[in-house]
Amino acid sequence: MTNSQHSTGHYLLEAHNLNIYYGTHKAVADVQFNVERHKITAIIGPSGCGKSTVLRAFNRMNDFVPTCRVEGDVLLDGQNLYAPDVDPVEVRKRIGMVFQKPNPFPKTIYENVAWGARINGFKGNMDELVESALRGAVVWDDVKDNLHKSGLSLSGGQQQRLCIARALAVQPEVILMDEPCSSLDPIATLKIEELMRELKERYTIVIVTHNMQQAARVSDTTAMMMLTDDRQSGTVIEVNETNTIFTRPKDQRTEDYVTGRFG
Amino acid sequence: MTLQTEAAAAPRLTSERPQNFYGRTSLSKRPRPLESLIQSFLFLCGALSIATTLGIVYVLGQESLQFFTNPEVSLTEFFFTTYWQPEAGEYGIWALANSTFITSLIAMCVAVPFGLGAAVYLSEYASPHARNFLKPTLEILAGVPTVVYGYFALTFITPILRAVFGVETVEIYNMASAGLVMGIMILPLISSMSEDALHAVPRSLREAAFGLGATRFEVSTQVVAPAALSGVTAAFILGVSRAVGETMIVAIAAGSGSLFTFNPFKAAETMTGYIARLSGGDVSYASLQYQSIFAVGLMLFLVTLVLNIISRRIVARFREVYE
Repeated sequence: MTNSQHSTGHYLLEAHNLNIYYGTHKAVADVQFNVERHKITAIIGPSGCGKSTVLRAFNRMNDFVPTCRVEGDVLLDGQNLYAPDVDPVEVRKRIGMVFQKPNPFPKTIYENVAWGARINGFKGNMDELVESALRGAVVWDDVKDNLHKSGLSLSGGQQQRLCIARALAVQPEVILMDEPCSSLDPIATLKIEELMRELKERYTIVIVTHNMQQAARVSDTTAMMMLTDDRQSGTVIEVNETNTIFTRPKDQRTEDYVTGRFG
Repeated sequence: MTLQTEAAAAPRLTSERPQNFYGRTSLSKRPRPLESLIQSFLFLCGALSIATTLGIVYVLGQESLQFFTNPEVSLTEFFFTTYWQPEAGEYGIWALANSTFITSLIAMCVAVPFGLGAAVYLSEYASPHARNFLKPTLEILAGVPTVVYGYFALTFITPILRAVFGVETVEIYNMASAGLVMGIMILPLISSMSEDALHAVPRSLREAAFGLGATRFEVSTQVVAPAALSGVTAAFILGVSRAVGETMIVAIAAGSGSLFTFNPFKAAETMTGYIARLSGGDVSYASLQYQSIFAVGLMLFLVTLVLNIISRRIVARFREVYE
């Protein structure tokens, strides 16, 4: 059906007719959008419109919310993540996640990075992997002398880069970022944004952000989410190149939102 | 910020007195008798438990001192021999301490694996519905009086042990039966406290681990459990203290004659069992036997104290602190 029409291999992730319920409440309605390989796709929109819920549907994190139910398809390279025979653990190995608040494990910096790789059966040289992941997340120089200190001893921005390094060590294809800078100061935010631009060479990134400037600065494609007219459910109202979304949006609501005339 | 700027912008009020509903402008201290009363009361509440502890230490220490200074008792005999026959003037604490150790060990072998397993299940696997049903049910076990457990051991577990291992091997009163039932008694304590500790680990840590492609088991054992270690250790130590101090079950089911043996199927009196038996009997006040109760009590007190110190060390050394 629609799947075959979209699964050209051009898109790495595709969401089709995605409806997400919390109990009987339909929080996300009829979301349709695609994520290109090696691009940064931003999801923007006002609070409570379901941005994080959609993001978490991409690696089946919603499985842990007891009342949450997902309808529709999410395809990774053409494979439906919600097919009955899919193992969510395998999904999350290929689609990593960075959270809103830095949440390093209460383990050493080294262990924070090594743990995910180890549980996934990594057999190579762990020291090298840890170093390359920490370098990849541009936090190596900050921590190389303290690898055996607790991850919690770092500053907020360093912790968040450690969390990114931890995700990189598992070598995923996609990294989902749920407002990764919302608890960071502007300098740490800038570092994470620079890092994202470097990471897209090798990974595909989907980022949820409240910060429109951030979406404009880092993303290639932007999906605009908004509550539907009945104000019950959120949906994607417009997806386009970021430049277009911010300069010549098609939807009046998008224009109102990105220009700050939101009502 | 806004408040300050507003205050700065407002006209100065120094020239006129503010009109407020309580009509007081002086900033001098006013007496608040209720406040000091409550403060003293709360202080007393805290002081009460400390005073009680000191009182216990004093009584134990005083009577024990009389026991140890008695010429009939030598410290070497007390600490290094294995015969406890007060009637014959033999006081070797190891006969009692060893059976306390064996029964507690058996109890912990039951309580720790099953208690932790139940805690991990309740906290990490069970649906909220199952959890709301199972946790209170498990806690009912903790409310059963220990005397009931004692007879449960004697009349239910002991016959089973005798049927399984043979009437010749298993004595009617034996440490195994008492230890097993003590384990069942402690199980809800361990599971409930551990479950609280596991449950208190922030969801963000679990999500981080799941996000890396971890299974539920890996998350529970390698992320959640280490983060909850201090609480789990506390539960473990409290469980050991309960086992060491438990009296009724061992008094009923483990027998009332001291014996130094590592065979769990033999009857052997524990430290608490001895205290209970003697204080229920007609030992004359200020006799050496009477004082020996306090000496044994002091040893129990020291064991629990040492356990607490060890647990604090362990927790300080190994715990993974999260925000």
